[in-house]
Amino acid sequence: MTLALRAARPAARPWTWVWLALGVVTAALMAFATPDSPWLAYPKAWELPLRLWVSDAMKWLVNRFDLGPFTFKELTRGLAWLLDWPLAAARGLLVDGFSFSSDPKAPALLPSLSWLGVTALIAALAWRVAGGRLAAVVGACFVYIAVFGWWPSAMVTLASTAIAVAFGIAGGLALGILGYRRRWFARAMMPVLDLMQTVPVFAYLVPVLFLFGFGSVAAMIATIIYAMPPMVRVTMLALEQVAHETVEFGHMAGCSRRQMTWKVLVPSASAGLMVGVNQVIMLSLNMVIIASMIGAGGLGFDVLDSLKRLDVGKGLEAGIAITLLAIALDRLSQAVALRAPPTHGADPERRRWLIVALAMVVVPTALGGAVPALAAYPEDWTLTTGRLLAQAVEWINVHFFETLEAVKTALIASVLAPIKGILGALPWPAVVAAAALGGYRLGGARLAALAAALVAFIAVTGNWEKAAITVYLVGVSVIVAGAIGLPIGIWAADRPRANRVIQAIIDTLQTLPSFVYLIPVVMLFRVGEFSAIIAVIAFAVAPAIRYVVLGLGQVPPSLIEAARATGCSRGQILRKVRLPLAFPEIMLGLNQTVMMALSMVVITALVGTRDLGQEVYIALAKADTGRGLVSGVCVAFIAIVVDRLVGAWAARRKRELGLGA
Amino acid sequence: MTRLIAALVLAGAMGLAAPVRADVESTDPIKLTIHDWTGQYVTTHIMGRVLQEMGYNVEYVQADYIAQFAGLEAGDLHVAMEIWETTGKDALNASVATGNTVDLDETGMAAKEEWWYPSYVKEQCPALPDWTALNDCAAVFATAETGDKGRYLAGPVTWGGYDEERVEALGLNYEVVHAGTDAAMFAELESAVQRKAPILLWIYAPHWAPSKYEGEWIEFPTYTDACYQDPAWGTNPDLAYDCGKPFGWIKKVGWAGGEAKWPGAYKAIRNFQIDNATMGQLITRIDLDGETLEDVVEDWIKNNESVWRAWTQ
Repeated sequence: MTLALRAARPAARPWTWVWLALGVVTAALMAFATPDSPWLAYPKAWELPLRLWVSDAMKWLVNRFDLGPFTFKELTRGLAWLLDWPLAAARGLLVDGFSFSSDPKAPALLPSLSWLGVTALIAALAWRVAGGRLAAVVGACFVYIAVFGWWPSAMVTLASTAIAVAFGIAGGLALGILGYRRRWFARAMMPVLDLMQTVPVFAYLVPVLFLFGFGSVAAMIATIIYAMPPMVRVTMLALEQVAHETVEFGHMAGCSRRQMTWKVLVPSASAGLMVGVNQVIMLSLNMVIIASMIGAGGLGFDVLDSLKRLDVGKGLEAGIAITLLAIALDRLSQAVALRAPPTHGADPERRRWLIVALAMVVVPTALGGAVPALAAYPEDWTLTTGRLLAQAVEWINVHFFETLEAVKTALIASVLAPIKGILGALPWPAVVAAAALGGYRLGGARLAALAAALVAFIAVTGNWEKAAITVYLVGVSVIVAGAIGLPIGIWAADRPRANRVIQAIIDTLQTLPSFVYLIPVVMLFRVGEFSAIIAVIAFAVAPAIRYVVLGLGQVPPSLIEAARATGCSRGQILRKVRLPLAFPEIMLGLNQTVMMALSMVVITALVGTRDLGQEVYIALAKADTGRGLVSGVCVAFIAIVVDRLVGAWAARRKRELGLGA
Repeated sequence: MTRLIAALVLAGAMGLAAPVRADVESTDPIKLTIHDWTGQYVTTHIMGRVLQEMGYNVEYVQADYIAQFAGLEAGDLHVAMEIWETTGKDALNASVATGNTVDLDETGMAAKEEWWYPSYVKEQCPALPDWTALNDCAAVFATAETGDKGRYLAGPVTWGGYDEERVEALGLNYEVVHAGTDAAMFAELESAVQRKAPILLWIYAPHWAPSKYEGEWIEFPTYTDACYQDPAWGTNPDLAYDCGKPFGWIKKVGWAGGEAKWPGAYKAIRNFQIDNATMGQLITRIDLDGETLEDVVEDWIKNNESVWRAWTQ
């Protein structure tokens, strides 16, 4: 096996010399640099004032752009007005009730759904899809929300999430189908999707606010932009994977194009499509906090409000409510995805089930008028952890701050500061050259051109210094997250039970809003980059573990058997067979870890970093469209360069190892 | 806040909201912006309740303190209750100059923002609060990251405040560290107070922090306009900003179009007046005593009817 691996590696000699030469040139550039050498700090005079152009373009778009019968702004406002209807309907159903009057103060004639009814309906749905276990899990999540007193906020969040998810799915499906039918459209859309997924949300909040006005609709549109791309990608992929015979059969049966799409392709691809649906749900819930910053309200607002008062306990309670909402919806949608495709023809049980489900909601809601405890969960019955968590943090703070401070100081002096120094001192032309070389080596001339152009963009728009800090924060965090994730992942891969527990923990870490742990982290480590790194690690360790487990799980059992037959010990199997074979998959996991870390960068601006994230955040606070978008695109470009290079590397390595594409 | 929403839901559902009077100019909701500090919630909700009593419909919209001007100019948002001279003066002037927003006069509160430390620091540094003692105490406030320089925790970068300039002009041996958010800043304060550790940071009032923690403001040379504009002024002849931060007004601002749409409401908003002491009490009741915002506001409305009735006349 080892022999085969060695043989598969191509001769790399000449390239060693090329890299060495680049290293020497870089070192020379650094050695002979004066503070104002044009290769060290990108000269101000060469900067492209792109951010000013973007801001001017935005102003023109909002104030001047006329489409003839109406202006562009009227168009976007009209769109916002349209989107407000389903949102208002969902809120009426779950939160406010319906008054059927233009006067907002008119009494509600139809009440909103009872908390008991909603919980029962969701649990019943889970029961029908996947049985009693899931029903218990989902039911428990909703009961927590009620018992801890977060019901009204959770329903505000649920209403806006539900509508955002619906539009995300519909839009994603439509674009995906279009991309499937027209190759050129798919090709044109790919870079746009990349940007939608990697530009930090803060960066486009300002233009969204300008175009769609302040309030919950703008928050919803931002959520849709963020959550839709996976649906588009999954749709295209799922439709392409529909069996050739099925498509042929559709043609032979004389389907029209519309019939072909909706009666053949989409139903056949439904299992794949549900993966996209699940992604849209999870990403929408990731946006809850940020959406509340521009007026979505709900649980996100509660988290922010509690933390502002330094009420860590309340913040965590509300944060957990978001997590549980996410877990309930995630499990439910996954169960739907895994369920056997619906059988056609009459299902006598189905109708009876529908009636029972409807009764479950309607009866408690109708009785709510007479029994208030059914309409709204009574405040006297709510629980709270009170100051417990705050006291725990205080105890750690008082007893261990000195120790933590000593560790932190040592780490900063011996590890972090030197790394930051080197990254900050790297001459930008050398980094551009390295990106081009790496791209050429891994993916040929096109990748080289792309990587070099994207890196150069960061320098040309005058964001080099801040990008260096960003790369430093993300790089250090990813290395630490990887160092934590690898052993845990290896350990969990062979232990299904432990793995389930670990998966639950990392699910929580990924959906728990980072704000919740940001405040305790600041209390223990002060404002600054160190706190930011800790927060990023906490978030990025989840994909690191996940992909190690996944990678090890995908190693063909026959190879492990073969290794065992030749007398390899467990340790040998791990080191010589499983890890090398899983390595490409693990690298893709590392890639995801980098993406996660980059998406946290903007959040770390809130604890006082001086990186691209802070640029985006300042731009948001100053309503500076150009500054925010350009810095946001720089973050995206870092992500895209890493993604392409790692992706190309992993694909090549998989080919060499003879694993499937 | 949950309870607030719950109360709004209940009020909406049961029709408990104030009776609608037909004599207002327009029943379109007046959108009041809320930001991220409690005092601003209180002023906004008091104003909102008064407008409701007058028969107007109001809506509260979460918006960023500076970014909201775009919304106010476009008419998406209508009234912002607290623009502080210390942090929002430039944005306010620029906005009013467009002609799309109008200055709705002062709130009667005075904004104070300055460097601040908890009282126990005085044991290590008895010469405070005089600013000339700061350099002798730099070691007290120093941390590993700042070396032998003292560490001063300033607000988020967007708050401005000219602290870097102040440090340079007054020759202070301090490093200015910006907190990313209000919450992070007070988290550090809370942490330091728990450990009785020295800390020097930006505190503003009206806020709950000066009532919760005992402490003092640094006494810099008193601010004048000349200090910020004329380098010759003050102890440093070559640099401006060699003085403390300005005390200042807190103003209301509104969408210009609202003047014609809801003249009665705009008049009441112009007349809105409250003082620092009252405000401090209300904030303390919410943030420290754990009362809900709507209880506190409702209580104030009930006990001060003559005050707010006068605004509407």
